[in-house]
Amino acid sequence: MTPPALSVDGAASFQGRQVFAPLHLEIEAARWTCLLGPSGVGKTTILRLIAGLEDGCDFDGAITATDGELVFNRVAYMAQTDLLFPWLDVLGNTLLGARLRGERSDTARAEALIDRVGLSDDISKRPHQLSGGMRQRAALARTLMEDRPIILLDEPFSALDARTRVEMQDLAAELLSERTVLLVTHDPAEAARLGHRIHLMQSYGLVEVPPPSTVPIRAYDDPDVFACQSELMRMLRSRDPLLAREGKD
Amino acid sequence: MMWRPVLSVGLSISIFLCAWQVLVWATGLKPFLLPGPLRVANALWSNLDSIGWHALITSTEILAGLVFGLGLGVVTAIQLAMSPAARIHVRPVLVFLQAVPFFALAPILTFWMGYGMAPKIVMAMLIIYFPVTSSFFDGLMRTPPGYLDLARTMGAPAWSVLWRVRIPSAVPALASGLKLGAVFTPIGAVIGEWVGGSGAGLGYLMLLANGRAKIDLMFACVVILAVITVLLYWIADRLGEWMTRRFS
Repeated sequence: MTPPALSVDGAASFQGRQVFAPLHLEIEAARWTCLLGPSGVGKTTILRLIAGLEDGCDFDGAITATDGELVFNRVAYMAQTDLLFPWLDVLGNTLLGARLRGERSDTARAEALIDRVGLSDDISKRPHQLSGGMRQRAALARTLMEDRPIILLDEPFSALDARTRVEMQDLAAELLSERTVLLVTHDPAEAARLGHRIHLMQSYGLVEVPPPSTVPIRAYDDPDVFACQSELMRMLRSRDPLLAREGKD
Repeated sequence: MMWRPVLSVGLSISIFLCAWQVLVWATGLKPFLLPGPLRVANALWSNLDSIGWHALITSTEILAGLVFGLGLGVVTAIQLAMSPAARIHVRPVLVFLQAVPFFALAPILTFWMGYGMAPKIVMAMLIIYFPVTSSFFDGLMRTPPGYLDLARTMGAPAWSVLWRVRIPSAVPALASGLKLGAVFTPIGAVIGEWVGGSGAGLGYLMLLANGRAKIDLMFACVVILAVITVLLYWIADRLGEWMTRRFS
C-alpha cells in the first residue's frame, strides 16, 4: 500500500463567519504532518473536512490526493477521546469497522494488532476496566484494523499523563510509519517529536516551521527537540509568528 | 450484611402496622371506616382464593400492557429518530396526546372495546407508551457525536449506525422509561377495571367491596396491588440496572 499525499487549498466559513482564512496545506505521503495552533483557529475543522465529517461548514476550495482518488473514504480517524463503545470489549471495539459495514470479521488479524499494542491480556475487557493509556492503545488497534492509507489524529494523546503520552507517541510513530498522517495538536513538544513537517496555524493562515534536523520519532530529551519546542512556543505566544522566528517579537 | 436492608424494611413496615393498629384501638374507629391491619390480614386470608384469581387477571393486564406499551414505544421512538419528517409532523401530536388525561379515556375505551380485558390492557399500554417513547427517543437523539463521526469514517450504512450505535447507546435511557412504566402500568389497568366493570380484576373487586362496605377486603386488595407494583418495579429496576451496566 503506497499512501497518497494530500493538499488542502481554500478557506472555510460558518454562517458567514470565517473559520479559517485561505490557506494551502501540503500533507506529505507516508510522513507525519503536524498542525499546531491555539484553540479555535480551525485546526480540527481542516481535519474534519478531510474526513468528510464537516457538514455545517462552508468550504470554498479543494482537498485532493496525489493519486486523484477520493480522500474521505480512505481515512481512519482517532480523536481526543478514545470513542471506544462501552458495550463492546477490546476485541469487539477493534473489529468495529467490519461489524458496522456488515463485513466478515478478521478476528486473527485483530488479535495480532491487539498484541502489537500490548493489550493481549486485556482482550476481553470492556473500556471501563482499562486505564486511559490502555484505552488509547485499544483505539490505536481499532484505527490500524481499518488499514487505511490516511490517518487523521485529533489530539489523541492530550488527555494522557506525561509518561503515557510519550509511550503512546512512540507506539503510534512505529505503527503508523507507512501512512500519511495528519496530527492536530496543541502541544509543541509533541509536534517537535513527531513531525516530519510542522505547520503553525493562526487566524490569518499557516506558517511552516522547520522541524528538528533528526528523523522522527525523536527522543523527548533530544536538544534539537527542546530547541524546536522553544521556538514553537515562542511563535505560539507571539502576535506575529514570522517576527518571533526572527527574534524580533 | 445482605439481610440488613431487608431487616430494616421489615422493621419499618412492622412499626407502621403497629402504629396503624394502635390508632384504630385508641380512636375506636368503626371497622367500616378504618379496619386495623389484623382485620385486613384476616380478610385477605379468608378471601385468598378470590383475591388470587382477581390478582391474576390484573397482573395479566399489567404485563400485556407493559409488553405492548414497551414495544410500541420503542418502535415509535426509532421511527421518530430515523425520520425528520416524522419529527416535524408526528412529535407535536404525541406531545399533545401526552397532555390528555388518559383516565378520562377509560369509558370511551370500554365503549369501543367492550367489557373484556382489551380496554384494560390498552389503558395500561397508553400509560407506559409515552414515558417509554419519550425517554428512548431522547436517548436515540443524544448519541455521542464522536460515535457517529467514527461510524461515518468507517463507512457504516444508516441501518447499521442505528442498530449498532444509536440503539445500544440509548439503552440506558430506555431502562429509565421501563422503570417509570413499571410504576404507572398497574394504575392504568386498575382504572380500566373500575370503569369497565367486567366482573374480574382487583379494581373490580375493590369496587364491589366498597359497595358492600367491606372496607377490610378493599384494603386487602390495595395491599396486593401494592405488592404487585413493588414486585414489578423491582424486576424492572434489576433489568434496567443490567441494561445500563451492559450498555454504558
